[in-house]
Amino acid sequence: MDNIFINYSLFILFLPLAAFVIQIFFGKKLPRQGDWVSIGAISITLILAIAMFVGMLLDYNPDFRQEASFTWLDMGAFSIQLGFLVDNITIIMLLVVALISTCTHVFSLKYLKGDIRYSRYFAYLGLFTFSMNGIVLANNLISMYMSWELVGVSSYLLIGHWFEKESAANAAKKAFLTNRVGDIGFFIGIMLIYTAIGSFTFTDIFEGVAGGVLAGTTLTLAGVGLFLGAMGKSSQFPLHIWLPDAMEGPTPVSALMHAATMVAAGVYLTIRIFPILSPDALLVVAYVGGFTALFAATIAITQNDIKKVLAYSTVSQLGYMILAVGTGVYTAAFFHLLTHAMFKANLFYGSGSVIHSMHHALHEKNDHETDAQDMRNMGGFREKMPITYWSMLASTLAIAGVPLFSGFLSKDAILAGSLSFAQHHPEHFLLPVFGFGAAAITAFYMFRMMFMTFHGKPKMPELIDDIHESPKEMAGPLVLLGTLSVAIWYTLPHLNPISTHGSWFTTLVHPVTAVVPGSFTAHAIEEGAHHAHNLAMGISIGVAALGIGLAVLMYLKNIISPETWGKRAGFMYDWSLNKYYFDENYDKYLYQPTLRLAKKIAWIDWELYDKYFINGFGHVTNWASRVSGKFDYNIIDQFLVDGVGRIADNFGFMLKKIQTGKLQNYLLYVTAGVIILMIIQSY
Amino acid sequence: MNDLNTYLLVAAILFSFGVFGVMTRRNGIAVLMGVELILNAANINFVAFSRFGGMNFDGHIFALLVIVLAAAEAAVALAIIINIYNNMNTINIDEASSMKE
Amino acid sequence: MTEFTFWVIITLTIISAGTVVLSNQLIYSAMALLSTLFGVAGIYVFLWADFIAGVQVLVYIGGILILIIFGIMLTNRISSVRLSQTNVQQGVGGAVAIWLCILMSLVISKTPWFQADASEPVGTVAEVGTLLLTKYLLPFEAISLLLLGALIGAAVLSRKEN
Repeated sequence: MDNIFINYSLFILFLPLAAFVIQIFFGKKLPRQGDWVSIGAISITLILAIAMFVGMLLDYNPDFRQEASFTWLDMGAFSIQLGFLVDNITIIMLLVVALISTCTHVFSLKYLKGDIRYSRYFAYLGLFTFSMNGIVLANNLISMYMSWELVGVSSYLLIGHWFEKESAANAAKKAFLTNRVGDIGFFIGIMLIYTAIGSFTFTDIFEGVAGGVLAGTTLTLAGVGLFLGAMGKSSQFPLHIWLPDAMEGPTPVSALMHAATMVAAGVYLTIRIFPILSPDALLVVAYVGGFTALFAATIAITQNDIKKVLAYSTVSQLGYMILAVGTGVYTAAFFHLLTHAMFKANLFYGSGSVIHSMHHALHEKNDHETDAQDMRNMGGFREKMPITYWSMLASTLAIAGVPLFSGFLSKDAILAGSLSFAQHHPEHFLLPVFGFGAAAITAFYMFRMMFMTFHGKPKMPELIDDIHESPKEMAGPLVLLGTLSVAIWYTLPHLNPISTHGSWFTTLVHPVTAVVPGSFTAHAIEEGAHHAHNLAMGISIGVAALGIGLAVLMYLKNIISPETWGKRAGFMYDWSLNKYYFDENYDKYLYQPTLRLAKKIAWIDWELYDKYFINGFGHVTNWASRVSGKFDYNIIDQFLVDGVGRIADNFGFMLKKIQTGKLQNYLLYVTAGVIILMIIQSY
Repeated sequence: MNDLNTYLLVAAILFSFGVFGVMTRRNGIAVLMGVELILNAANINFVAFSRFGGMNFDGHIFALLVIVLAAAEAAVALAIIINIYNNMNTINIDEASSMKE
Repeated sequence: MTEFTFWVIITLTIISAGTVVLSNQLIYSAMALLSTLFGVAGIYVFLWADFIAGVQVLVYIGGILILIIFGIMLTNRISSVRLSQTNVQQGVGGAVAIWLCILMSLVISKTPWFQADASEPVGTVAEVGTLLLTKYLLPFEAISLLLLGALIGAAVLSRKEN
């Protein structure tokens, strides 16, 4: 492996793992609990990732691709190859992961200062970074699956960081188990592919599918199976239930995992396997993504917890990305992944900054009852926290799809793709409806959040004096990511802020045709999107303005009252606020019956099997050992062993009698002996 | 009368009686009497062989020596028995069993 | 006539020998021993050993038997004429003795003895005397020593401890 990208990738992969190992074993004993170990490791990782990114830009080769593999398991007929794949997509993802991870590490220095498990937190961050990079660098489904699971474990460990809180422990469990459900599908997909093609490597799989080895329903099923894993990881309907609960974890963790990287892993997987998704599988993908986008947005509009708003927003945006892959414009999905990572992480950091401030203010007033995360307790923070406000504003504008910001470009590309898809397949008109509807609602609830938190009169005036800006470790990432939410970075080397044509991204990350026979060629998809582009742009600006305008009316100018409209909406408001009672219904119709069944089976096992069968063995053994003991004691010991002794004793006793001391007896014996000898002699 | 076997048989019978006497009699002197019988049986054998073996007189000499020996032995034996009598007040040789196991 | 006498003497000897060992009375045994010894002397005569017969009567009966009777008298409380004694281990001893007898008889009857004819000598005394002092001088002297030893021994043994 003499190529530099693979070498850098190895360092990028294993440095955070080394930090994890050091932190886990020695963290508590190091000065400052070892956070400098993690910061050091992640900084070097970031430098290497930037170096790779710069190298990619200098090379400017759209077909850049380096692969290195080694045999992991060789049992003759069955062998598994593992390896690394580095192409433009990989490099951009590595940069995203490294950047957001570094920001999280820095942000956590202040956010978790004095936490009881400080060193362990940083260790787990290292573990997560390692696993996420493992997914990104994988060139085959098996190592991707292994890293997939590791990412799930890291998520569990980090969500449950404050596991004394029961809700946090439950949320961690829920996240891991929901992921697992998706992973079953993932694994079935992998197995279907392996059975048909006999290899796990992407290259081999693509060749196999192109050659028609895996086709038809099996191919669709395999694709859907793999997509199930993505659904679990990226929190799509109906496995979306874990992401809002995952907000129990520390906010920097939410920024890293549940905004930028881990949940993006599902999208990344879907992008990687795009070439082998059959048109039917793609339809499934598109509808799931589109529906999730709209559905999550409808929940977000009523939420009062600032992090929950962001969580549902993440679900919705992920839906967008999945929709993009489903409609064929998967490079647009990746673009949105990139921009979303930046602005969503920034939004989370901002909310973390606000919550941190609220905590501090409440602590000053000795108030431990009020919820620091409830937006109804906030208001008017704009003057007190300017840096937070302005950077969050930049990200909100981006997510709402306002021109001049990054989100506009990526969303536009997605919406153009869905529109073009509907134009070519008029029966799937719902997809753009989902897309544009979600866009409108997104704009609305994001600005609602901004207005409720930073504008207007403070709902708790006694706190406002203690609200202050966050320290520079927390403000730094805010500034950085806020800047990155601006469109200009993504249109380089051209300066047109509303078009990505000719930008470094679209040049370096260009779509390939799916290898499934019968798919649309990449060229056809691009053409369609291009044609629909202007129409999509217009509609998206329109719906964004609609959403923002409504939010202004309701929350800034207070012309329309949210409470009245909430009551008028009646059951719809209730459903939205309670997330459509998904958790409750799952509990009633899925969890409880399973638990009851499990209890019944446990009863059979415990009362019947254990008691009678297993204990029976014990009783039989007991009885057998007693019998054997008796046998041993009475017969063998007393009879045989002691008997031998007793026989010897008796013999001795008998023989003793010969020595009577009487002369005549001796003479008798002698004479008898002589006679006997004579008799014998005569024969 | 002129058959060697007769004399030998007589000697054998006497010998058996003598052995029986030594083995079974309780009194010490009775045992001594048995011993005398044995010696006499041997003597008869000697003399018979001397008569029927060409009338040599070696047998006679042996018989003579045996008689002398018997006398000496009887004297000593009686001295011992009298000693035992003085010590144990009985000459039941059953009771002289201090070499008993 | 001599044949008859011969058988009478043999019978007498054997019966007396039986009485010696089977009688319960010591004096009866002693008397039976007397008669046995006389019988043996008679057998000697038939075997042309006249000198030995004489020595037998003189020494055995006149010396040893008297000694035995002395012993009997000295070692029993003579409160009555009856000096009884019983036997011990009679059964086994009898069996062994009988077996011994049977075996010896078998041996005697089956062995081809060396027999040489001879004529009755005139008198044996001269030849025995000659042999004693020529061929068997050493045993003769040894026997005298033995007699001396026995004499001294008997005297020592019967000494009273003071």
